[in-house]
Amino acid sequence: MKRVMKGAIILLLACLVGVATSCGPAAAAKEIKIGVIGPMAYVQGEHHWYGALLAAEEINAQGGILVGDEWYQVTLVKVDSNEMVSVPDAASAMERAITVDKVDFLVGGFRTEAVFAMQDVAMDYAKIFLGCGASTPELCTRVADDYDRYKYWFRVTPMNSTYLGSVDFMLLGMVAEKIRAELGIEVPKVAILAEKAVWADPIVAGAKQLLPAIGMEVVGEWRPSPTATDVTAELSAIEAAGAHMIFTSFSGPVGVPYAAQWGELEIPAASVGINVEAQKEGFWDATGGKGNYEMTMNTYARVNITDETIPFIDRFIARVGEFPTYSAGTYEALYILKAAIERAGTLDSDAVVAELENTDRIGTAGRTVFTSDHDVTWGPGYVVGLGVQWQDGEMKCVWPPPGGEWEGVDYEGAVDYILPPWMVEAWGP
Amino acid sequence: MIESIIINGLTSGGVYALLAIGFSLIFGVARIINLAHTAFYMLAAYLIFTFASFLGLNPLLSVILSVIAVTIIGVFSYKLVINPVREHETAILIVTIALAIIIQEVMLMAFGGHPRVVPSLVSGYTEILGAKVAYKQLLAFGIALIILLCTWALLLKTKLGIAVRSTAQDREVANLMGINVARTGMITMGMAVALAAIAGALVAPLRVLEPGMWMHPLVMVLAIVVLGGLGSIKGSFVGAFILGFAETLVVFLVPMGAFLKGAVALTIMLIVILIRPEGLFGVAFEEER
Repeated sequence: MKRVMKGAIILLLACLVGVATSCGPAAAAKEIKIGVIGPMAYVQGEHHWYGALLAAEEINAQGGILVGDEWYQVTLVKVDSNEMVSVPDAASAMERAITVDKVDFLVGGFRTEAVFAMQDVAMDYAKIFLGCGASTPELCTRVADDYDRYKYWFRVTPMNSTYLGSVDFMLLGMVAEKIRAELGIEVPKVAILAEKAVWADPIVAGAKQLLPAIGMEVVGEWRPSPTATDVTAELSAIEAAGAHMIFTSFSGPVGVPYAAQWGELEIPAASVGINVEAQKEGFWDATGGKGNYEMTMNTYARVNITDETIPFIDRFIARVGEFPTYSAGTYEALYILKAAIERAGTLDSDAVVAELENTDRIGTAGRTVFTSDHDVTWGPGYVVGLGVQWQDGEMKCVWPPPGGEWEGVDYEGAVDYILPPWMVEAWGP
Repeated sequence: MIESIIINGLTSGGVYALLAIGFSLIFGVARIINLAHTAFYMLAAYLIFTFASFLGLNPLLSVILSVIAVTIIGVFSYKLVINPVREHETAILIVTIALAIIIQEVMLMAFGGHPRVVPSLVSGYTEILGAKVAYKQLLAFGIALIILLCTWALLLKTKLGIAVRSTAQDREVANLMGINVARTGMITMGMAVALAAIAGALVAPLRVLEPGMWMHPLVMVLAIVVLGGLGSIKGSFVGAFILGFAETLVVFLVPMGAFLKGAVALTIMLIVILIRPEGLFGVAFEEER
């Protein structure tokens, strides 16, 4: 009897060991580690994280990413680049993410100067890095110049600064037409007010060259620091120069004091261009409502860019309680990556790169197709961008203008641009 | 344009003067180069934001509470961190810059890098000599002038002022004359930090708050006190307005180089120092003392 009992126990233990060893690997879900790198103490980094988080949760809820015939769960690793303060910190953070956290892929990056450094580190390790913040074209021309080294880089958002400039000029053109029509000023004067940063340089150079050719006069160029907390002197100088429009290029916190002081002093010039701070929901409160009529290029607004746009905004707000800024494009980046990995059927970087190059996704901000140098394709039918204006506490889409006036692009929910009333009062007939 | 330059130069100079005079005071009395001086200015601005926007307190009460709180923190910092190494100038520099960075990092952890805005007591603008000036700028400039006058009167007309100036002139003799030098140093630190806190209170509604907002003013304050003559109150006052105007002039006359306004102000300081190493009022201050 004892022998039988002993045999039964041994058999039971053997079964348990067998079950444990055979079920173990299958039960522990495999994971793909994606590093979300950005300035996490700042809104740009926060939205990098939120966008990726939302996508990862959705992907995991659907089972994860199918690699060959195995499902992998997405595990996000938050990587604070501290890039607003220190470029070397950003490179170190990238190095740490790859060597210590052992991430498989990376998304994010914001400040151009820092993204260059992070890009180099990622390329050293042949890690795929999907950029979701920096716009300078040189990040992608590196791919064209040295494909073998830089092929692991793709830009998902924003459009490069050349295209940002193109949209900027269209926004300027629209407002100039408004000024001509409503105020009778045939050659509106433009003051260029751009933060001193690499990404803004081609826009400024383009503006100085192009604006006179399209019937506008450039009265001056002001280049404050991206972190300036007071631009009253610049605004006074712009008013003294007789400008009718202020062409802004701000990605840093300077966008808040600028808009607040512009509204407070009722500078009689329409504010048009890029002001990343004005893309945020908190902008209205941050300027104490003085940012009314501020206009900026944007990626998201409550219009149907695609059928995905408004549902995404709703889900984003429900999840994190904030309106997405463009760096939340990490959401798109994760879905693009998922599709490429699934097509490739492997996590091998070179194979995934080949599939990323075949990306054609209709996402939340338009249709993403990569160019040969791994940049996001701009134009009607692809990613276009939006012009939004703050109108009485609400961020409204004003470009492409309603009625399909631009290339037939007509987003439901777009409204007309409004000149600031104090400007009409100052310059009106 | 000249009107705009004058108005902007005056408002900018007024805030710099408040900061520089506090910095000069503590240097003159205790020979402490307090690199955390503008961090206290930042701390005051953030505390006002916390009291007014988070806790919903009355803005004026928020200002008073913040100035008191920062002054107390400043005095404790002096007692606990600065005083023990006071005899070692290099150690003071390291300790105070460390203190500033700690304050910055605490603000970054507490509030993130988001630009924060403090509601203003007044809104709107008026035109002076054809230049637009926000009421809050005028208010800040007016209060700055009043505080500067009060500081001046305190230093020249009160026993405490005599003690402060005596200690600044010669610590040993002041000690022999019965002045409690250690206590005077601590009181001066309190006054200096209070001035920085008031500057923070004035600036809070004018600008946005972010954890790095102390760095540029620190560079400017260093330039101002060296330009005016280290330890000279009058020199700091005059230097503040010179550099305030220099910054404004750069923005108006060299708009493409607006980001260089700090560098240009520092260049002016360097030129003055090369010609007159003791600063503009170095000698005058010696006589004045």
